[in-house]
Amino acid sequence: MSTLQVSIYRYNPETDSAPYMQEFQVETHGRDLMVLNVLELIKEQDSSMAYRRSCREGVCGSDGMNMNGKNGLACVTALSDVVKNNKLVLRPLPGLPVIRDLVVDMGIFYKQYERIQPYLQNDEPAPAIERLQSPEDRDKLDGLYECILCACCSTACPSFWWNPEKFVGPAGLLQSYRFLADSRDTATRERLADLEDPFSVFRCRGIMNCVAVCPKGLNPTRAIGKIREMLLANAT
Amino acid sequence: MSNLRSLTFDAIIIGGGGSGLRAALELAKSGKQTAVLSKVFPTRSHTVSAQGGITCAIASADPDDDWRWHMYDTVKGGDYITDQDAAEYMCSEGPKSVFELEHMGLPFSRFDNGRIYQRPFGGQSKDYGKGGQAARTCAAADRTGHALLHTLYQNNLKNNTTFLNEWYAVDLVKNANGDVVGCIALSIETGEVVHVKAKATVLATGGAGRIYASTTNALINTGDGIGMALRAGFPMQDMEMWQFHPTGIYGAGVLVTEGCRGEGGYLINKDGERFMERYAPNAKDLAGRDVVARSMVMEILEGRGCGEKGDHVFLKLDHLGEEVLGKRLPGIVELSKTFAHADPAKEPIPVVPTCHYMMGGIPTNVHGQAIMQDADGNDQIVNGLFACGEAACVSVHGANRLGGNSLLDLVVFGRAAGMFIEGALNEGIDYLDASESDIDAAMARMNRWNESGGGESVPALKAELQDIMQNSFGVFRQEDNMKDGVQKLAELRGRIAEAHLADKSNAFNTARVEALELDNLMEVAEATAIAALERKESRGAHSRYDYPDRDDVNWLKHSLYFPAEKKVGKRDVNFKPRTVDTFEPKVRTY
Repeated sequence: MSTLQVSIYRYNPETDSAPYMQEFQVETHGRDLMVLNVLELIKEQDSSMAYRRSCREGVCGSDGMNMNGKNGLACVTALSDVVKNNKLVLRPLPGLPVIRDLVVDMGIFYKQYERIQPYLQNDEPAPAIERLQSPEDRDKLDGLYECILCACCSTACPSFWWNPEKFVGPAGLLQSYRFLADSRDTATRERLADLEDPFSVFRCRGIMNCVAVCPKGLNPTRAIGKIREMLLANAT
Repeated sequence: MSNLRSLTFDAIIIGGGGSGLRAALELAKSGKQTAVLSKVFPTRSHTVSAQGGITCAIASADPDDDWRWHMYDTVKGGDYITDQDAAEYMCSEGPKSVFELEHMGLPFSRFDNGRIYQRPFGGQSKDYGKGGQAARTCAAADRTGHALLHTLYQNNLKNNTTFLNEWYAVDLVKNANGDVVGCIALSIETGEVVHVKAKATVLATGGAGRIYASTTNALINTGDGIGMALRAGFPMQDMEMWQFHPTGIYGAGVLVTEGCRGEGGYLINKDGERFMERYAPNAKDLAGRDVVARSMVMEILEGRGCGEKGDHVFLKLDHLGEEVLGKRLPGIVELSKTFAHADPAKEPIPVVPTCHYMMGGIPTNVHGQAIMQDADGNDQIVNGLFACGEAACVSVHGANRLGGNSLLDLVVFGRAAGMFIEGALNEGIDYLDASESDIDAAMARMNRWNESGGGESVPALKAELQDIMQNSFGVFRQEDNMKDGVQKLAELRGRIAEAHLADKSNAFNTARVEALELDNLMEVAEATAIAALERKESRGAHSRYDYPDRDDVNWLKHSLYFPAEKKVGKRDVNFKPRTVDTFEPKVRTY
C-alpha cells in the first residue's frame, strides 16, 4: 500500500467561522505524482476543495501554494521533492487574505506589480521595423522576464508580510529591474524616482527567501541589489 | 426571474489570452468602453504555454524573405482548405503586428546584428517551396508565448483596459432578432451572476484540447466559446480538424516545441534510425505536423516504437550541446527534466503525438465577424458576435496549422477584430435589448446545474468523454470506430444532462465552473465527432484508413456543423486572394 496522508487548510467563508485542517488519505499506487495530481484525486473525493490551476506545467503561475512549509507550484513539485514521513501539509500562500481553501486574494500582489509600471516606455518614435538590441543587451533580461507572477516569492518574504502596501516586494522589484535593465526603455530616471523612498526597495533585508522558493530559479534579491546600486549611484 | 444586475460595455471580450488581449488593446486605445472577461487572471491563459515562436516574414534571418512565401507554406500546410484571402491578410499584415509587439517590449531573442532571432520551423520554405528550408519563426528563447502574453497584458494595463478577472462566461444572450447582445457571466470569487450587455461580444476563448485524454493543452482549455456559440445555434466550421503535435512528452502530454527540431534535433525509433528521412526525404523532421505525427504512429504500429511497450519514439537533442540547449531551449530542458526525468543534454526525450490545436471553430471573416449560413447556403453575418484566436476559424490553418502560425493568428486577427469593432462603434450600433425571456434562456443551463439533486459526478463523465475522443477520433480514423464514438457521445450527452453538482456554494466554487465546462466539452466533442464521420476523405490532420486519399472533387470545402439538426453541410473555401495569384491545389509532399 502507498497511502499518502494529506492535511489541507480548509475555509469556506459561507459556512466556516474559522479555518481548519482536514485530513485526506490518497492512494498513490507508488507513483511519484505531482502535488497537483494529488489535489485532483482529493477533489474527486470532495468536490468542494478549491484551488487554482491552469497550465499544469509550471508556466502559468496559478497553483502557488505552501507545501510542507515551503512555497512552490503544485504542478511541478513531485511528491519525492516535498513529502516527508509520508505526510503532506498544504496551506495557501502565506500573508495574503484567503478567499477559500487554497485560493488567496492576490490583489495587493498585483497592485504592487502595476505600481512599477510593468511595460516598456520609450519616448522616441518607433522605427518601421523592430528596435535593434544587441544579444549582449538582450542577455541582461534573462533571469528577469521569465517571472510567472505566481507570488511564491513575495508571500515568502517577511518584509512583504510586514509592509505589503509600501514595500514593492521581490516579484514587483524583479519586474521593475526587468525594465530598468532593458536597453530599449528610456524611463530609467522616472522609474528610479518612484522607488526612492525608505520602503519601496530598501525594506528588502536580503533574507533571500524569494530566491529559495522561486519555481523558475530566478533571483529577485540580485535584481533588488542592482536597483539599490542604481538608486545610490543616482543619489551621489 | 431575471432581476440580474447588468454591466454595460461597448465591447466585451471573453478570454484573456493572446487574441483577446490584442483585441482589447486596440479597443482600449480607441477609448471605447472595453472589458476583458477571463476565467483566469490573464497571464494564466494558455497562450503562456506557446514555446517556439511566432512565424512571420520579417526578413531578419533572410533579408530576401517574402510574406508570399509564408502564405504559400500556410496554404499548402492547410492542405488547401485554408482561406486564401485570410492567409494573405495574416501573412502580409504579420510583420506590422510583430514589430508592434517588439515596440511594446516583447523580449525577443536577437541575432548579432540586433534584429529579431528567427529559427526554422516545420513546413517552411523559400521561394514557394523551391528554395529549401526557411527560418521564419521569431522567438524569445523557447518562451515566446509567455513573453507575448505578458507583454500584451502589460500594455493593456498601460492603456487602462477594464478586467473582469476570474469571471466565467456562461452563455450568450441573444435578443428577439437573434443578435448577440452580451452574455451571462458568473463571478467565480463571489458567485454573483450578471448580465453583461455589449454591442460587440468577442469570443476569444481559445481551444478545447481537453476533449482528449492526452493533450498538450492547459486544464482550462474546455472550448467555452465554442460551447456557447453552439448552444446559441450557430454553426461550427472544420471541427474534425484537430492537430496532434508530434512531440508531447510521453505520459505527461506536456509540449516539447517544434523549435527543438528547428534547432537541429530529430526523431529516432527503437533502432536509433532517423525515420523521418523515409517519410519526408526533403523536409525530414520539419515536414508538416500532420505528416510527422502520422509517421510516428506508423513507426509505433510497425513495431519500431521505443520503451517497454513500444508505444512512443525518442526526440534526440544531445548532439546540440549544452550551450545551444541552454540558450535556445532552456524551457524544454526544464520541462524534460521535470516531466520525463530526462536531461536532453544527455539522453533523448520520450515523445508521442498529442492533441494540440483545434484548426476548426467559429467561422469568421478577416474582421472577426462570426458567420452563419442563410437558408440558401449563403454566408450571413451574425450581428454582435465576433471571434478570434483558436476559437475562431477564419480560416488560416485549413486542415493543418503550421508551427508558429497560431501566435501570428492571435495578434493579427485580434488586432483586426479590434479595429473593425472600433469602426462599427463609431458608425453606431443599435440592437434591440434582450427581454427577460431572452435572459432566462441564457440562464437555463446554469439553473439546471444549480437545481440538480443527484446524478453522476463531473470528473467521471469528463474522463469518459476524453476516452471516447481519444479512442475514436485520434491521429488515424475509421468509419466503424467513429460511428461507435458518435453513439457513445449521444448516450453520454443524456447522462451529462442529468449529472450532479454537489457543491452549491458561492465563493470560489470551482466545482460549478468545472460542471459548466463539461457542457462545453460535450458540445465540442460532438461537433468534432459528427464532422469527422461526415468528411469522407483524408486531408491534413483528418486521416482515415477507409478513405486514405484527398478528395478535391467533393471535399475541397469547409465542413459546417449545424447544432440544431446535428447535420454537416459544406462551405466554399476562399481561393481569391486580393494581391497575389491563387495557389492551386497540388499534391502535398515534403
